[in-house]
Amino acid sequence: MTQIQPAGQLRHSPLQPVHERLGASMTGFAGWLMPLRYGSETAEHRAVRTAAGLFDLSHMGEIAVTGPDAAAALDYALVGRLSALAAGRARYTMICAEDGGVLDDLIVYRLAAAEFLVVANAANTAVVHKELTHRAAGFGAEVTDRTSEYALIAIQGPNGAAILSAVTGTDLPEVKYYASQPAAVCGRQVLLARTGYTGEDGFEMFCAPQDAEPLWAGLAAAGEDQGLVPAGLAARDTLRLEAGMPLYGNELGPDVTPFDAGLGRVVKLDKPGDFVGRAALAEVAKRPPRRVLAGLTCRSRRVPRHGYDVLWDATPCGTVTSGAPSPTLGVPIAMAYLDPEVASLAAETAAGDSSRLSIDIRGRGEAADLVTLPFYQRRQ
Amino acid sequence: MAVPEQLHYTAEHEWVAIDGTLASVGITEHAASALGDVVYVSPPAPGTKVTAGEPCGEIESTKSVSDLYSPVDGEVTEVNTEVEEDPGQVNADPYGIGWLFKVRLAGQPPADLLSADQYAELIKEAD
Repeated sequence: MTQIQPAGQLRHSPLQPVHERLGASMTGFAGWLMPLRYGSETAEHRAVRTAAGLFDLSHMGEIAVTGPDAAAALDYALVGRLSALAAGRARYTMICAEDGGVLDDLIVYRLAAAEFLVVANAANTAVVHKELTHRAAGFGAEVTDRTSEYALIAIQGPNGAAILSAVTGTDLPEVKYYASQPAAVCGRQVLLARTGYTGEDGFEMFCAPQDAEPLWAGLAAAGEDQGLVPAGLAARDTLRLEAGMPLYGNELGPDVTPFDAGLGRVVKLDKPGDFVGRAALAEVAKRPPRRVLAGLTCRSRRVPRHGYDVLWDATPCGTVTSGAPSPTLGVPIAMAYLDPEVASLAAETAAGDSSRLSIDIRGRGEAADLVTLPFYQRRQ
Repeated sequence: MAVPEQLHYTAEHEWVAIDGTLASVGITEHAASALGDVVYVSPPAPGTKVTAGEPCGEIESTKSVSDLYSPVDGEVTEVNTEVEEDPGQVNADPYGIGWLFKVRLAGQPPADLLSADQYAELIKEAD
């Protein structure tokens, strides 16, 4: 059963009264009390795939990096080339340690020439804030943790844009994927971004904490007849897993490099100037991968979980990083780090052929098949 | 959360309905709600000898897996094959169509089974 931390020690989202009214099952998550589900997480997942879901993501960390050298400071602090980002655009990137290990994966929004907003995972916000502050010393840049100044609401799913268009004057087709702009939504000022973590089209809205409740209510009302439902962290996790998106703590961590996770493309080794982790990552990039992140589907209904062994001919060859029953595929799915040799052997073995690949699910090997990530991709 | 008066309960959040020498077993509404959507159940096969308080199967939801415990001593006579096919029935109707297995009792049911009042008290403390 879910580990519930004592509620008194957890930070509350500005939307806590809404979650209480909706009767959400709440859970401790990275120091925050957040909605796990409102009813059936499977129904919430399906609603996001077929209609739309409304998410409270106020636990995410927002760190502002501002000043004349803000771009240069981020180029040094992160693996991406943020100086090349146009104002109004966003980028998925990572902050790594000297040894190339991932400290967090981030979305960085460039709001203006000298103004960036770094969005960090809740569990890592303090570390990211500390590292950015440390790394930006000597640059003309100021680093400020603004997490408590923002609530974050996401609307995700094929009906999201239509629902949102009814409550904003902003021309949504002009808001491109991984772009953001100030906008009025339900009469409230927000930073409106076309980003998400579900594999669907969708928007994220950063707003003042006191605007979160009216914004949520306005969106919920606008989406009522278009299948919009509130969706919790449980659905968010299965949605991102189907979309093949990594989760920090599962696929990513300090002992993992971006290359291990198949995300070497975010490391801009050709950018001018040094950056933290450059030397180590340049070495990693030259070597063959020590492990590969793979997708697995299961033939049994038993669900692979984080930490379970993957077996090749009954011998351990990798570890499950995330696993869940997939509402879309109808079978359990998993991401796992595999020995590169086994991954290529398994790829050569036709699907449905033999059962050399399996997952040790509590002492019993259950046959699994290697599949190409992501498990789910929306029709464009 | 419903805690029907006529049933007995365990601290492992299972209910047992005793009818003569036959006991029907399921998980409580509180447990089903805490688990979330049940996606897989593996009750003990008919003919299995079960012992009160011992793990005898498993139940999985989106987020977690838990052991099933037998609340009584005896031999499994029947499992709910419809729930095996459609585990969501455990969430839909945990005390009805979501029952899991039936046991032919070996002797008297354990004296430490909880009454509805005692179980209601237990889950109130946990909240």
